Amino acid sequence: MIALDQVVKTFGQTRAVDGVSFQVEAGRIFGLVGPDGAGKTTLLRCICWALKPDSGSIRVGGFDAGRQSEKAQALIGYLSQRFSLYEDLTVLENLQFFAEVRGLQRQDWRERSRMLLEFVGLAEFGDRLAGQLSGGMKQKLGLALALINRPRVLLLDEPTTGVDPITRQDFWQLIIRQVNQEGLTVLVSTPYMDEAARCHRIGFLRSGRMVVQGAPGELRSLLDGRMVEVTGTPVEALQRLARQVPGVQSAQRFGNRLHLMVEPQAVERVSVQFNELSRQEGLHIERSSGVPSTLEDVFIALSEGML
Amino acid sequence: MTPAIVTHELTRRFGGFLAVDHVSFEVQPGEVVGYLGPNGSGKTTTLRMLLGLLRPSEGDAQVLGFDVVKEAEKIRAAVGYMTQKFALYLDLTTQENLEFYAGLYGVRDRSAVATVLRELGLEEVRAQQAHSLSAGWRQRLALGAALVHRPRLIFLDEPSSGVDPVARRAFWDLIYALSAEGVTVLVTTHYMDEAEYCQRIGIMQGGRLLAMDSPARLKAGLPGQVWEVASEQLLPALEQVERMPGVLRAALSADRVRVVTQPGFGAVELTGWLQGLGIPVQSVMAVEPGMEDVFLTLAGR
Repeated sequence: MIALDQVVKTFGQTRAVDGVSFQVEAGRIFGLVGPDGAGKTTLLRCICWALKPDSGSIRVGGFDAGRQSEKAQALIGYLSQRFSLYEDLTVLENLQFFAEVRGLQRQDWRERSRMLLEFVGLAEFGDRLAGQLSGGMKQKLGLALALINRPRVLLLDEPTTGVDPITRQDFWQLIIRQVNQEGLTVLVSTPYMDEAARCHRIGFLRSGRMVVQGAPGELRSLLDGRMVEVTGTPVEALQRLARQVPGVQSAQRFGNRLHLMVEPQAVERVSVQFNELSRQEGLHIERSSGVPSTLEDVFIALSEGML
Repeated sequence: MTPAIVTHELTRRFGGFLAVDHVSFEVQPGEVVGYLGPNGSGKTTTLRMLLGLLRPSEGDAQVLGFDVVKEAEKIRAAVGYMTQKFALYLDLTTQENLEFYAGLYGVRDRSAVATVLRELGLEEVRAQQAHSLSAGWRQRLALGAALVHRPRLIFLDEPSSGVDPVARRAFWDLIYALSAEGVTVLVTTHYMDEAEYCQRIGIMQGGRLLAMDSPARLKAGLPGQVWEVASEQLLPALEQVERMPGVLRAALSADRVRVVTQPGFGAVELTGWLQGLGIPVQSVMAVEPGMEDVFLTLAGR
């Protein structure tokens, strides 16, 4: 449904997107992750042709995003981090405005609006000024606006930044429902790994390049057998010591626990050595055991070039 | 040791609305404690009472040994407060922002700003205007501004919205360094990723503190078991699982239904229930509970 081939976009000297190729199958959710400045937003803007790439090709639903721009754009709905809605218009007036901009007929948008407001749980608020909605409701209205033209492809740029956890859960349930009911295709960028875990596939961007992509489980397996959880006291001293043990690539604290990332096949050796060293230093290790890696572990390892 | 924070039946009403409902907890010096809850759950109202900005309707609280009603000014002088919409002056440089806050807090020690620049690694952006900084740097500067007066307790209100995991991890390294020096940290967050960094997490809903414990113990204390059900008919499977006896909650993941069941209900019951209703089941797998399972089971609708 979305196909990118060697897409490049530069700003002055900076290659914000540097030869990115990937595909998203219809009815799938593809998550774009990567450090700030990796090119996620630029890439999304290229796909909806708000930015023109320097080279490479982008196809949406089979249409070339450049040469058949209108047809491609008609398939796309876009919701950005700071989406715009008109605060001094009512919820329904906002829907009408966006529908007209997207070329929907009058009889068409009324029915569509009713259905969408029902879907996002705002059916009773059609006449309320958008400016008087809570943050979570504005966000749901934003989603309704992005869906007004019956897009086949939904582009979401960090859609839940600053949104509370119950609203985020509701938002994702709505998205996954659309995907399963209507076969919607979703491309979403997020800095949160618990959100990335809900996608069918994840692509990791670094310095404008896609360095790895796969299902969440596949990405986690990149660090199989390399994560060790240690508890003990004092945890700060154990962390400092762990960073000096050969074979330890990172030692990160999570509350009272320490997560060590170790070189491949080094778990046994590192554990023995760490135990020995901490005994010498008078530190107490309570428990040390292999743990499954998380997407965040993988993200950090990729960002810092350890994978 | 005197606890850094003690609350006893702390309560706040706004008219007939019970914003904070008899909340009692203690935080020890140097501890890093998180507060997780939806908007309107009472997190910010609790923080404002602890800062002495809002009087409790009932109950009491002491912060750093000071009473929040009678000694509010002493509390404000001894704590730092970093909010999501922290007032950084975008046309001032990093150093000028820190100097501004040093002045505001009446810090006389002229080396205070230099110390914060060094400790937080802000020297390389010292002369940059705040508007030109990335989200991660701004977050770090906001923390610095809340630290120039060397507080013994710091409140962080959603400190890392929209910050990437690498910057978040670096930020938390700074938080742990503060904690090692004995600074107590109370942080509110919307994100499960971030909650994992806290030593203990309090979960708030409707003004009540539903639980407060370490992430590991909260997960271990989840009543029951978490499952992922794969089916070709995902939405019908969700609808039917929600109706099944013994199911505490169910939600969609991309291509699975994630289910929390009571003890005694598991893969056999889930498979039997769905197949009995004519819904195909490809697999039912037991999975490790996450913070989100805990949060949504406790606080979810």
